Parts: sequence; C-alpha cells; structure tokens
Amino acid sequence: MAVDNKTVIDMAHLARIAVSEDDIPKIASQMGKVLEIAEKMAAVDTDHLEPMAHPLDAAQPLRVDDVTEADLREAFQAVAPSVDKGLYLVPKVIE
Amino acid sequence: MSNAAWETVIGLEIHAQMATKSKIFSGASIAFGAEPNSQACAVDLGLPGVLPVFNQAALVSAVKFGLATGAEIGRKSVFARKNYFYPDLPKGYQISQLDHPIVGRGMIDVVQEDGEIKQVGLTRAHLEEDAGKSLHENFVGQSGIDLNRAGTPLLEIVSEPDIRSAKEAVAYARQIHALVRYIDICDGNMQEGSFRVDANVSIRPRGSDTLGTRTEIKNLNSFRFLERAINIEVERQIDLLEDGGRVSQETRLYDPDADETRSMRSKEEANDYRYFPDPDLLPVHVDDAFIDSCREQMPELPKLRLARFTDELALGESEARQLINDRATADFFEATVAASKQPRHAANWVINELGARLQKADLGIEQSPVDAEQLGGVLQRLADDTISGKIAKQVLDALWAGEGKSADEIIEAKGLKQITDTGAIEAIVDEVLAASPEQVEEYLGGKDKVIGFFVGKIMQASKGKANPGQVNQLLKAKLKR
Amino acid sequence: MGSRCGVDPTTIRQALMHQKTLTELAIGLEKGEFSSVELTQHYLDRATAHASLNSFITVTPDLAISQATAADARRASGDAGPLTGLPLAHKDLFCTEGVRTSCGSKMLDNFISPFDATVVSKLGEAGMVTVGKANMDEFAMGSSNENSFYGAVQNPWATDRVPGGSSGGSAAMVAARLVPAATATDTGGSIRQPASFCGVTGIKPTYGRVSRYGMVAYASSLDQGGVIAATAEDCAMVLGAMSGHDAKDSTSIDRPVEDYRKVLGADIAGLRVGIPKEYFGEGLSNAVGERVLAAAKELEALGAVLVDVSLPNTELAISSYYVVAPAEASSNLSRFDGVRYGHRCEDPKDLEDLYKRSRGEGLGKEVQRRIMVGAYVLSAGYYDAYYLKAQKLRRLIAQDFTQAFEQCDLIVGPVAPTTAFKIGELSDDPVAMYLADVYTLSTNLAGLPGISMPVGLADGLPVGAQLLGPHFSEARLLNVAHQFQQQTDWHQKIPAAFA
Ligand SMILES: [Mg+2]
Ligand SMILES: [Zn+2]
Repeated sequence: MAVDNKTVIDMAHLARIAVSEDDIPKIASQMGKVLEIAEKMAAVDTDHLEPMAHPLDAAQPLRVDDVTEADLREAFQAVAPSVDKGLYLVPKVIE
Repeated sequence: MSNAAWETVIGLEIHAQMATKSKIFSGASIAFGAEPNSQACAVDLGLPGVLPVFNQAALVSAVKFGLATGAEIGRKSVFARKNYFYPDLPKGYQISQLDHPIVGRGMIDVVQEDGEIKQVGLTRAHLEEDAGKSLHENFVGQSGIDLNRAGTPLLEIVSEPDIRSAKEAVAYARQIHALVRYIDICDGNMQEGSFRVDANVSIRPRGSDTLGTRTEIKNLNSFRFLERAINIEVERQIDLLEDGGRVSQETRLYDPDADETRSMRSKEEANDYRYFPDPDLLPVHVDDAFIDSCREQMPELPKLRLARFTDELALGESEARQLINDRATADFFEATVAASKQPRHAANWVINELGARLQKADLGIEQSPVDAEQLGGVLQRLADDTISGKIAKQVLDALWAGEGKSADEIIEAKGLKQITDTGAIEAIVDEVLAASPEQVEEYLGGKDKVIGFFVGKIMQASKGKANPGQVNQLLKAKLKR
Repeated sequence: MGSRCGVDPTTIRQALMHQKTLTELAIGLEKGEFSSVELTQHYLDRATAHASLNSFITVTPDLAISQATAADARRASGDAGPLTGLPLAHKDLFCTEGVRTSCGSKMLDNFISPFDATVVSKLGEAGMVTVGKANMDEFAMGSSNENSFYGAVQNPWATDRVPGGSSGGSAAMVAARLVPAATATDTGGSIRQPASFCGVTGIKPTYGRVSRYGMVAYASSLDQGGVIAATAEDCAMVLGAMSGHDAKDSTSIDRPVEDYRKVLGADIAGLRVGIPKEYFGEGLSNAVGERVLAAAKELEALGAVLVDVSLPNTELAISSYYVVAPAEASSNLSRFDGVRYGHRCEDPKDLEDLYKRSRGEGLGKEVQRRIMVGAYVLSAGYYDAYYLKAQKLRRLIAQDFTQAFEQCDLIVGPVAPTTAFKIGELSDDPVAMYLADVYTLSTNLAGLPGISMPVGLADGLPVGAQLLGPHFSEARLLNVAHQFQQQTDWHQKIPAAFA
C-alpha cells in the first residue's frame, strides 16, 4: 500500500521521532514497500486460526510477594542525563 | 435551568491500589512516603533489557474482588501494553489489560442515603501498573519525576453507566471503598492515592435511551469532590446544550479551589494507544483450585453475613446493614455476641452506645478503648439484671476510662450491683413516700405522671441500684387508688 | 607441530593458541599449557591487531585481565569448571555491569549498564572471561551489520563484504579467531545468518531456553540468545552454561538443561532428515543450494534418511515477521526517550521536543523506520488487518513445522539464499534485505531451535546450512552438526589473513 507523507508525519509523531522534511518522501516509499510485503497476508484465509502471541504454549509464572530490591538510586541515576534532589528532570510538564 | 428535563448518566472507573508488599511486576517496595526514586528498581525504571514478573498477591487480590462481586473470573487473562509517551511512564507503555481482564461482569448492591438498595452493574475489573509522579514545584521551567509509585499494583474497577446522580455515585464509590477494605485488598487511603475515582458523565433528555457525549473527570480523591465535580459538570453540560452547544468528548480535571471542571490540554490529538498483548508476559491461568484457595482466604462476604445477621441473629435489616458495612465493626459485633450471647443488645450497644462514644472521640472501632469481651461482659450483666441499663452505661464509661478490666470488676468495686432484695427496696419506697405526702395526694387524685417523680427519688436514694421493675411493682401496690 | 630452531616451543604454542577450538583451549588450560591470563592477553592482542575488522564496539582489557587472574586463582584452588578462564565476547546488547552496553546505537553510546544480564552473570559464574562487546546492527535490526552507529563490520573472508547480521560482530570475531566464542542473539536469523556468512557455527536455541533478562529487546516474542563458536562442540559447551530457567524472565522455561556435550557422538543412523522443497526453490543461488544438498548427502552417508517435506507458508513468514517484529519493537524501544538514561538532545524547548529530537538523533534510520511501521500496524483501524492477521499467520507457520516434524526428526536447509554480499550492495533497498531472511524467519515465529554450520566455500566465501528441530531439540541438533564436523573440515578453515 502506498504510504503518503501525512501517514509518515502521523507515525513519527506517535513514535515521538523528529524526521526532517526532506526525508519524508523516502520514508514514505520505504514504509510503503514494507507494508506491501505485509499485504500478501490478506489473501490467506485465517478465520479458523487463533492468533499466536507466544511461540510456546505456557502460562505466566507468579512471583511471591516479597520486597527483593534494594535502593540503587545512586547507581541508576549515575547514567541519567539530568537529575536533581533524586528526581529525574524534564522540561516542565504542562497539565 | 431545567434540571428536570435532563437525565444524568454516570459510570465510574475506580483505581484501587492493591495492598501488596511489592510492586505488580517487580520486587520493589510500594511503601508510601519514601525518598524520591529510592523505590524505583531497574524494572520500574524501564532500564534496557529488564523484564516484568507478575506478583501473585496482586492476582489473589483481584480474584477476591471478583468473588466478592459475584463476577466472572477470567480463566486466561492477558496483559496488554497501552502505548503513550509521558515522563512518569518509564517504558513508554503501561502494562494493563484490555480484551481479557482478570475480572468480568459483576454486580454490587449499593445502599443509598435513604436506605434504598440500588444494583449497579460492574463491567469489569482489570489489573494494571500505576505510573510515577511529576512534581512541578521547586524547579524553574522543569518538572521532577519520582518513579516510586511506578509499578504499584492497581485494580481498575469499571462500572456500567447505571448511576443517575452525584449522590448515587458517591454511594456506589463508598460501597466499593467499603468492600475493598472489607476483603482486605486495598487500604482505601484516599489522601495517599490508594483509592481514586474517575467519573464518566453525560446527560440526555429525560426519556431518551441513547447516551449523550460523555466527559471523563479524572482523579477525584475524595467523596466530597466526587459529588461536587459531578454536579458542576452536569450543570455545565446542561448550560452548554440548552445554549445550543455540544459536549465534546474529553478528559477534564476538577479544581476544588475554583470549584470548576477544566478541560485537560488534550494530551494527544488522537489518543491512539496501540494496545497489544505484552510479549514479555504470558496468559495468566486461573483454575478452580486457585479460585478455591482465594475463597478460603476471604472473610465471610458482606452479603452472606447480612443474611446471617437477620436470619440467625434476628437483627433488623437496617441495623444489620449498619454493622456489616465495615468489617471491623461486624467482627467487633460478632465478638460481642460471642461474649454476651445477646445479639439484640450487642447490635444496639455497638451501633449506638459504643458508636457514639467512638465518633465523639474520633476513633475507629479498631482503636476502641473497650474491647468486645468487655462490652459483652456489660451486656451479660444487663441481661441477667445485675445492673440496669443506666448503670450499664456508667459501667461502659468506666471501662472506657480504664477504671477496671471488666464489667464485673467495676460493678464490684463501685458497688453498682442492682438491689433486688424486695425488703430493702420496700424500705426505700416507704421512706420516699413518707417524705412526699403532697405528691402522694396528687397521684391519688389521678395525676399518673407523678409516678416518675417517685421512681426518680427512689433510684436516687438507691444510687440507681434498685431494680426498676421491682420499684414499679411496689409503688403501684402501695399507691393503690 | 614441530619446533622451529632457535624459538622457544612454548612461545610458538602460545602464538598459535587462537587456532585451537574452545574445547581444545579448555584442555590446554586444564593441562596447564598456558594460563588464562596468557590466553586472554593473546586474544586482547589479536583484537587490537585486527581492530580494522571493526568487530568490537568495546574491548575491556582491564576487566578481562582481572577476570582471567581470578580464573587462574580458581583453577589453582581446584575450583575450576570446564569454561573457567576461557575468553569470550558478548554481543553489545547483553547488559554488562560497569561496561558500556550500546546496542550499536548512538542512543546508548553513553550507557554504562548498572547490572549484568542473566547470560552474562551465568557465564561469569562459570569463569568465562569477558574481553569485550561485539558490534551489531543497531538494536539487532539488520542482516548485514551495516546499521551500526559504530560502522559496518568487515567479513574476515573478504573485507569488502558484510559479515551478516545482526550478530555480525560476534560471527566476524570468531571467524577471525579474535575470540574463541561470542554470545549472540537471533530474532529472525541474527545468529545463523552471520555464522553462515563467516564460516562459523552458531546455535539459536528454543525460545525460552536462554534467559532474556538484561538482553535488550528488539522483538520480545522472537528474540533468543545463543552462541557463535568455531564448532558445534564449542557451542554445546557454552550453550549449556548460558541456558536454564530464570525467575526474572517470565517467558523462560522451567525445564532441566540437558548435558549437551554428553550426547555428542550419539549415532545418527536412521535419523530422518527433512528437506523442505520451499527452501530449495527460486531465489536460492546454485552455489549455496549445491553445497547444502551435499551436506545433506554427507548426513545420509552417516546413516540418516533423507525425506522430502513441505513448509508451504514459508514465504508468508516474511509478511508475518515484518509485522510482528516492528510492532513489538515500536513498543520496546519507547523507553529510549532521553529521560532516565541514554542520549538526550541539547536544550529541549519542551517535553515533546525532548522526546522527538532525542529519539530522532539517537536512533538510526532503519530503527526509526521499523518503529514507524510498528506504530502503523498497531494503530487504530489497521490492527486487525496487519497485527492480528500476522499473529494468525504465525500459527499457520508454526503448524507447518508441527506437520513436517511428524515426518522427520530435523530439517536441513540453506541459511541465506547467497553468500555474503558486498558492503553497501543492499543497504539502500531494505526490502531486498528483508526478503533474503526467508529461510530463517519462520524458525523464530515458531520458537524453534536452529543451528548454522559451515558446509563449504563458494568463490572463497563460506556457505552455511542450518539444521532445525522441534522445541527443545538442541542436543540433537548439536550432535548432528558435530557428527557432520567429524567428517568434514569446513569448520576448521580460517581466513588466511587471520590464521
Ligand atoms: Mg481508565
Ligand atoms: Zn487505569
């Protein structure tokens, strides 16, 4: 399916990725080609098939409700771009 | 404004925080009030490569809620990812449930203000993780993100749009609040955010059966705000429609200071959450044995307890409801019955006498200075005529004040035992009658009310210990007209 | 080997250590022919000498020598296991505490992991020595290793050619004998295809056999960790130590790990080897097809019975995969937002700007495109036609294998349609590269194990064949590959410049 520029802009926004104006047509054409491969699926009758989300038919294991994690804030925040008073900083969130 | 022309339709979504020790998908603590980010582990922070593992206690809590509301339990529930970007959402998605929630359709009896029962349908209840918190103060042009709360287990309880007024909404929310505390899956602390309500509100012309466009008022953290916010929003919608406008589907916030609801900056033009099954988590299988084990861990459900109180203990319906609403009260009552074998007295005294004292002292029944054993002792002595009702109240006060360990001890120490010796009572009666010739005249002249005067005097003279029944009998015999 | 006059024989022995297999090196360590420190230093020197191959993103000499020293001490105290003191590299998407874990991305160029992946700790506990982190396609998205922030990796057999991907660094460094083994991951062929392009052996176990904890996710329901080494026996050694149940990974399977080395040598007479006709049709180069069939004949000579089987939905696996994988990736990679770690753009003017520029700058073009495709196939109005449909087809593809395994015990086929292509040859046509994954994708959709082994050279470039088996048949696959390697010497070939 042909992907138009608007779709690229919408998806880039949904995915929070800055794309340059100049790249949009190329991205559109490449996305279109990928989706073309996907569209081959339409020809197959899948009505009788259960969707398969996992390769193995297993059940979710359960964890015992214990506190096992220590405070590693210092180690975790050592790799953070911007922190103050133990908080991660971001440009002001407007509500 | 013609309120009568419009019908209000409300559905509530309640986020109840499950009272677990650790988070829903990690082993970090959920204790309230810790240093920022000190309880955000690698999984909660969404570090690269980390994976979620589901907390069994959260599952047990959800199943208990399903059992308590007679709902279907999802035998194969599925966690899904709800994708959106927000700084308090570390992974860029919230793990929640969509198509296959852990709890399906259920029903709850809501006792309304006038005592009437209204049934409200539950659409579903699903488990999900909470987000973190953004703090806007203290930083110029920046927000600080605390992820301690991220990953806290929540049960989102979704009602059918069965609610028709703000008052009903409050009654419903209170009922759910009482229930989750009753079955011990949520501490219900609204200040700390353990119980938060979102209200979906719409109006339609009375008589219409199509739903109007709804708005969602988010994060109401008190029953008072819930009532206020709905009423204000309903008024706003009526004004809007009567002025020829349209309600737009949006999320609104209630501002208690301005007492108004405000549109939240539409978080995203098109909220496309792109839900899909979380590939890091497998379907959660719940079998009969698991459900049975959850049932075994549950207290007797309010509904069954109500029936037992009215049928076996012969309590009145409204009295019984007052007792079962809160599990601690019901438990206290039952312990009092066990200690006294006096269910009617126990109901009355727990609700009224003890209830009033607790309310005055602003105490919960868990903090009552008088325990059920002690109250039972008082009621036993009341029943076997050792003391009168009036003395019983004094004994209760003495127990409350810590003047003794048991009713018997106080009765003994204070000499409060009722005088049942006919001769002794007769002597006091004679004494009082002799001292009040005028009143005797009045009585004999037909003034029945004077009998109260004599009883008062006699009780005073006996320091309240004379058996009131015997006093009455003797008086009537001696003052035969 | 004889000693040359005037040169100390020990020096020669040590200078040629890298020509040995991991298994042989383990014997050398045990016999005390060399120490782990000597061995490790030798490989570190080779990594430096052959840095132009670009197979390493990070070399960790200090860490390696300290681990090697500890391994030698452990051996001295009689506490050594079979892997103690043996060097290896980790694909750079396994989190390594205190060491950069970049995933081949600018986004994580500054990310020093605060913890170890389960695979890393397991191999560390076994005493293995980490010499560095292997280059890879960014976030494991690619089949050529050209999509790395750190540049393309060269194929040791022809440095103008790609090593395959996404575990291209792992395969190239093993082929060049810069390490005796390297961890790798396979989401749609990322272990098997580079192993085949580089003439080495690589195994992707059953989904759930190896913990994914700390292995940075590309597509969670398809990703599986494994190992690349010179021989099947070497793979068996490492796989045994990295496998096993992990309570930190809900999709990890709680089932005992077989002793993969113990079963090596089992007779394969009577084993039914399936040849799927869809793997030998149009698109497969003659040179590759001939050598793979010759390998099948070799197995027949060992007593196996060749049977024709069919995997009718093979081509549809491409469609299903290129919906499922981007969908999962679009969500998995949302965490890279410039807030808690990783790349953050300069002076964001608001929150949206922070997100968009951090991700726009930090993520490469291929990754961005897959994320956008993934967002598209999950979005309202398209979910059913794309994502749900792909999940249903996934079942159909898995059923193909179930039916085929009723007629055979394992399947043999090519890994890729061609030998390694030239760097830059396909990089402008992503779809052509996607189509070349046709023989490997369906294995991941079905969660099956597969092993790739060298079966010949074509125009001087390695050709690989893969063996695929039912769930949890790793031991069988390793044994059959081992039997094959007992009869052939393709796995012993080292590109001349690296011998
Ligand atoms: Mg909601
Ligand atoms: Zn919710």
